[in-house]
Amino acid sequence: MFRPRSDGVSGGPVARIAVEVEGRAVSVPPGASAAAAVLAAGLTSIRDTPIGGTERAPYCMMGICFDCLAEIDGVPNRQSCMVTVRPGMRIRRQRGARSLDMS
Amino acid sequence: MRVFDAIVIGGGLVGAAIGYGLVCAGLKTAILDEGDVAYRASRGNFGLVWVQSKGLGAPHYQRWTRASAAAWPLFADQLGERTGIAIGHEQKGGVQLCLGADELARRCATMEQMQREAGNFGFDYRMIEHDELAAMLPGLGLAVTGASWTPYDGHANSLALFHALHRGFADKGGSYLANCSVRAAVAAPGDFRIEAGGETIAAPKIVLAAGLGNAELAPLFGLHAPVRPQRGQILVTERTNRAWPIPLGSIRQTPEGSILLGSSEEEVGFDTGQKPEIMQNIARRAVLSFPWLAELQIVRAWAALRVMPPDGLPIYDESERFPGAFTANCHSGVTLAAAHASLFALMVAKGALDPMLAPFSARRFDVPAAV
Amino acid sequence: MTVDLAIVGAGPAGMAAASLAAELGLDTLLIDEADTPGGQIYRAVERAPEGSPLGADYLAGRVLVAALRASTAQYRPATSVWHIDPALPGGGTLSLAAGGKSETVTARHILIATGAIERPVPIAGWTLPGVMTAGAAQILLKTADLVPEGRAVLAGQGPLLYLVALQLARAGAPPVAVLETTPWANYRAAAHFGSGLWAGRRDFGRGLALWFNLRRAGIAVRRGVRGLRVLGRRRVEAVAWEAGEIAADLLFLHEGVIPNTQISLGLGLTHEWDERQLCWRPVTDDWGRTSLANISVAGDGGGIGGAGAAALSGQLAALDAAHSLGHLDTAECDRRAIPIRAGLARERAIRPFFDTLYRPADTMLSPADDAILACRCEEVSVGEIRRAVRLGATGPNQVKAFIRCGMGPCQGRVCGPIVSAVIAAERGAPTAAIGTYRPRAPYKPITIGTLAGVEVDPNQIADTK
Repeated sequence: MFRPRSDGVSGGPVARIAVEVEGRAVSVPPGASAAAAVLAAGLTSIRDTPIGGTERAPYCMMGICFDCLAEIDGVPNRQSCMVTVRPGMRIRRQRGARSLDMS
Repeated sequence: MRVFDAIVIGGGLVGAAIGYGLVCAGLKTAILDEGDVAYRASRGNFGLVWVQSKGLGAPHYQRWTRASAAAWPLFADQLGERTGIAIGHEQKGGVQLCLGADELARRCATMEQMQREAGNFGFDYRMIEHDELAAMLPGLGLAVTGASWTPYDGHANSLALFHALHRGFADKGGSYLANCSVRAAVAAPGDFRIEAGGETIAAPKIVLAAGLGNAELAPLFGLHAPVRPQRGQILVTERTNRAWPIPLGSIRQTPEGSILLGSSEEEVGFDTGQKPEIMQNIARRAVLSFPWLAELQIVRAWAALRVMPPDGLPIYDESERFPGAFTANCHSGVTLAAAHASLFALMVAKGALDPMLAPFSARRFDVPAAV
Repeated sequence: MTVDLAIVGAGPAGMAAASLAAELGLDTLLIDEADTPGGQIYRAVERAPEGSPLGADYLAGRVLVAALRASTAQYRPATSVWHIDPALPGGGTLSLAAGGKSETVTARHILIATGAIERPVPIAGWTLPGVMTAGAAQILLKTADLVPEGRAVLAGQGPLLYLVALQLARAGAPPVAVLETTPWANYRAAAHFGSGLWAGRRDFGRGLALWFNLRRAGIAVRRGVRGLRVLGRRRVEAVAWEAGEIAADLLFLHEGVIPNTQISLGLGLTHEWDERQLCWRPVTDDWGRTSLANISVAGDGGGIGGAGAAALSGQLAALDAAHSLGHLDTAECDRRAIPIRAGLARERAIRPFFDTLYRPADTMLSPADDAILACRCEEVSVGEIRRAVRLGATGPNQVKAFIRCGMGPCQGRVCGPIVSAVIAAERGAPTAAIGTYRPRAPYKPITIGTLAGVEVDPNQIADTK
């Protein structure tokens, strides 16, 4: 849905952060959120709602709407627009309600 | 002036259940209620249909609770069918978890006493030790020494119940009048006139089910309802997969997957503020009970005021001075909803409370203390 | 930990307040959820490139950030405030959560500077993937240097809509269309506030410049758009309105911003309905003091005024706090306030004009179509809200009890305005009489483990058995 701004920025290339979105390698500038990485990865949606199983993607990008919930490094239901990427971060879609190992 | 067969003051779980029962019995009924922001104990209800710890030292309460629990399945089915609203009722038994040896010993003694006091009525229970419990409840914490179990317990979605009662009431022609606090009332035997919402509402029968508001209203009708607020706080988690087959007393999971954690019993007057220390205690007990709960996010929490009579037992009464005036007060709006709708409402319709409710009269508070 | 002044929110109001309060000798703590300062308007401004497509007004925020960094105020990023107990003897208590740990801070005075949020735009299809707020497009540009891929449409009204259109154009991704929903009647009504245009000439000039620049960039603006809706099965495929339709991959909506009142309502502060800005805002005096003596509000969270007004109101709140805590005498406090108030008057001069011109159409506030979702989290439709009102629910809290809207993760932040407007319309009552949800703690989710004070390592849970 989103692509990097193509014109070069004076000062040379910025070191990008490599993360994984649903197993796909994506790189974004430092300071980008996990939600931005998902949008850059070209996924149609970031989650399925727990009630209706409806697909949703980020809406507000500022921590208000909670539509950007994703599983980040194994922890589900995180507001991905509020999580800054770190190298090697694993981001996966939130498929409905979380499923916890209760043993 | 609008005339009804019966007026119910209070549109919470108690008032709505009684109102629903009255319209089902064919009475033209009005429920008078406050506005959007009010104490509303019903919005804070945990949702248990809880039998096992009700009525210790008061066998009449034990029996009343058992009667309600027995009536619940049919009540839930009929209400669900009539309104199309899923009440989420399950009643396959429940356990009360005990942490540590002392809690378990005290619980064991409590259950023994309940059974003794039940007498011929009977009270079926089991004490379950940790290992057997752990097989039933995945991820059980080591701190849990055991639990008491009865087959009578269960739970329901208290807000769905609340919605369904209002829907059922309206569908059967009941009149719900919101923003109608009682401004003035004139009481005479079998003739009650209420000034509310800019009009006069009249009926030969009236039921005070206004929760904490009953304390002030009751004397107008020759009744006594000495209830006080008692705060309880509850935490609700994000939805997750199904954890347990039954409710656990202070932990239960809704059919949608949210887990509710309760509760506290705080004597703080009419203060509905939340206290982090209390929330912390609830969280700590939850984590001791099931360590994996620590991972779940709390998405909302609340504090609500229970309607608490002096001895914790319900107050049901009919006015001697003004026959036709009744009152119902309790803090177990979900557990007793079936009894209120199916039993209490019929008594009101007939015009007199059944003798089984006599011990619940507020006259019990008039007994002078032993010197 | 005890401080003199705790500030929630590191946007322009919070930053300006923190810097001045620290300078005046107050032991100051600034708390913010994000990793870096700036709030939303100056988000990521510290690392913005000099020629940023976001423009000079955005880059000007670096001054506030630099002042904060240079001040002696303690700054706690990546920290969320999950509860505030306003008044205990000795000060209010804030419960904070960061990195899985919770702690409490006592503060003799508390300033809420949580800014504004986008007004929800409940049109048919607004929950489809690819529909976002105009602010979201701007945030992606600021924080991740990302631009829309494919056909992007901007729809709604207000200065931010045009600003984002221009910023996207400068960034090499001009929108294929801007659909302006300003009702024609608004132009007539706004003319009454022409007198504010002179006092607010700087803002008005900015607005005109925006408009000219948009035309120069060749971006088509369609006016008087009605009946806006989104078409698509799994994502945005087209945007339609009464007079047309356009294929699209992304839709950015904007119908203005409103105060973020989640914490101020959660504190039980007195709020009033602002009929001109069509929003709820905490009632404050002219220093920002609320109905609770030790709580103040500054910035857009107290009423929409923009970034310049936010910084100035933050300064007023800092002066006021310093005065009440004995660090500034009354005469000095009043003297310092004079130029600040003059600046505020200038910043606010254009508002009546903008608020009237860009007043959302009634259907944007209370949608006519019953099928439109009001509560995105719990997937509750406008029609269900109307049915609950007909069943007797008189306000948002009773509606919430009946049908769960407002109970999801966002705790009513997005649906609140819609629910109040729908109830008001259904009951034929003014929104002012309808009220709001009552937000409760935790203001943002925290784990049971964090609350319990337990270190949560999922790998270790099995071992504890």
